[in-house]
This record gives sequence, structure tokens and C-alpha cells, in this order.
Amino acid sequence: MTARLKKTAVSCSLALLAISVACTSYTEIPIETPIQPKLDVTPFQRVFIAGFIAGANEDVDANMETVRLLRSQLRNKGIMRVIDADTLPLIDVARQANGGENLPPAPDQQAVQPPQDQEKAPVINDEKDLEQYQHIFANVAYWKRIGEEYQQPLIVTGAVLFAPQQKSGFVQREQESYDPFGRRIVVPVRTYMERKGFVLRPTFIFIDGRTGETLHSETFREEILYNASQQTPALSSYFELMDRLLPAFLNTLSAQKIKGTRTLLK
Amino acid sequence: MSIRPLALALLMALSLAPAAWADVRGQAKEQVEFGIQVAQRGLWKEAIYRWERAAQIDPTYAAAFNNLAVAYEHEGQLAKARAAYEKALALDPNNALVRQNYDLFKEINDRAAQKDGRQL
Repeated sequence: MTARLKKTAVSCSLALLAISVACTSYTEIPIETPIQPKLDVTPFQRVFIAGFIAGANEDVDANMETVRLLRSQLRNKGIMRVIDADTLPLIDVARQANGGENLPPAPDQQAVQPPQDQEKAPVINDEKDLEQYQHIFANVAYWKRIGEEYQQPLIVTGAVLFAPQQKSGFVQREQESYDPFGRRIVVPVRTYMERKGFVLRPTFIFIDGRTGETLHSETFREEILYNASQQTPALSSYFELMDRLLPAFLNTLSAQKIKGTRTLLK
Repeated sequence: MSIRPLALALLMALSLAPAAWADVRGQAKEQVEFGIQVAQRGLWKEAIYRWERAAQIDPTYAAAFNNLAVAYEHEGQLAKARAAYEKALALDPNNALVRQNYDLFKEINDRAAQKDGRQL
């Protein structure tokens, strides 16, 4: 019954579209809609992609890849001057702050830490694992000090979760066949499938390097699933997912133009 | 006795009304068509002027409001675009092309409206 109703509704809307197209003289035109930036970055001349708290994925270093990607995107778009500096060891800084010290050490002090003193990389697979490190983003004194170190830029930091996922269930796909008259028909078919892929959940935090205060934060979630038999490298999935959300990230700092087509009527 | 001239005048007015309406629509249509020509050459400000004139001349002309909405969208004046699309749809609720434009606009407008991201 519902399917029949749906079919009728689709037929009606198609008929309506056909009628209005037939009765109306129209022309299509490409447009570019400018979207204003979410953040006013005019007080800043430089941006420092400071690093991210990221899950320990065997194949992809989500922290380093995200830093590299964002820096190159900002550089290519010429939005702001990008500071080329080592990323901050945020996990260690957060751990030290947890350990009772009031203020984490300054970046120059962090650099001289011998590697053998550092603990093993933590496992961060979900939001719960992230919780114990999140206080670092609210540490105004720390970020103010980082800002002073780099001449008060806009600081971009946050967390990046990039984890494998597996899902099974019914998937609708299109099956091609031919009717008795040899005409090609495509029928939607529901099939049970085992699928695997990745989920990317970055949170970008924008900090004012002059005050250490958070100006804006934004969380995204993108996922991709493949046939269980398909072997897709984690790194290529990571870039595919980042590609989807990069326009939204860039729109935080600069105006973006969204291309589309509209119909003009006579 | 005095009713007769009055009735005559009313009859005349009624018979002339469609012609006057056609004239108004014709003038508005000229503006709309010129607006389309200039928009196709990228002169969107001129197109806006023409379509605004068309909407003034004939405030019941849905096409003028639809085109105006498209132009406002192109210029990034999203609040004005929404108002113009809504006016066009109020005038011609069954026009699938206006509806399609409006749906595409809403998709972009919603993205632009997401100014404050979710907090961590």
C-alpha cells in the first residue's frame, strides 16, 4: 500500500514537473553563491596549525596527516600566512597537566624532553578515550603562551578520530537486467552485505593566540564503507573523507563560493 | 435614471480590465526577458534592477520573483533570496521549477547558517 502510494506520488510530481516545464518558458543559468566566513580572521596575519590529539591508527598518523593537509590547503588558497613549525605534543602536555602541574611546559622546554621519558602512545578509539585530554583546549594560559611564542597567530588545534568500522545489514543497490523486448531495466534490489570502512570525526578548535581563548569549534563526522572483500588503503580513505569536509573547514576562515545551477523563468 | 451611466462606466471598466492587465504583464515580461539576457552575460546587478522593476510593475508575476531570488542568491544576499523565493511560491505554489530552485537554495542556506559548530 505504501509502495503504491509512493509510486503514485512520484508519478504525480513527475507529471506536475512535466506540465510546468511544458507551460513555462525557462532557461538554466550557472550561479556562484558566496558564503561568508564563520570567523572574523582580520585581526590575525598568521595561522599556526598546532597539532591534534589523534587516535593511534597503525596505518595513518591522523595528527601529522591532518596538520600537513590543512597547512598545504591554507597555503595554496593564500588565506593567511601559515607558520611552519613542529607540531605540539598535545597528549604529553595534557598528561603532564593531569599529573598535577598547574601549567604545562613551554614549547621550548617540551622540545628538550628526552624521548625515553615519554610514555607509550595511548589508544584513542572513541570520544570516551579523548575525554581525559580535552582539558588542554580550555587551558587559556597554555595557549596564550604558545601565542606569544609564535607572535600571536590564530591557532588551530583539536582532535581527530580516524577509526576502522564494520557494518552489516541490508543495502539497496541497482541491478541491471533486460526485459523480453531487450530493453535495459534497472531494478533496486535489497541485499544483505558485510561492509567495512572508516569513520573520520575531527573537531577543529580555533584559538586566539593573543588571549588563549577559544574562538570557535566545529565537529564533523564522515564515514565510508566498502564491500568486505574490497581492500582500500586506510590513507586513501582518510584523504577521501577529509576532502568532503575541507570546504567547510576553509569556510571558517574565508569566504567560499558554491557553484550551482538555477532556472530562470520568463 | 442615474444608474444607467454608472452601469455603463462599470461595464466599460470591466471590458478594459483584461487589456490593461495584459499590458501590465507585457511590460513586466519585457523587463524579465531583458534581465535574463543581462544575467547570461554576468551583469547580475542590472538583472536585479530589471527584475525588481518587473515585480513592481506586476506584483503577481511569479517568474519575476523567482529570477530575483536567483540573482540575490548569486550576490550572497541570502535573506532577500529566501523572501523572493517564498513570494514566488506563494504566487505559483505548483511551479515545480521554482520549488526546485528553492530546495537547492535551502541546502546552501542551511550550510551557511551553521555558523556555530558543535562544542567538543
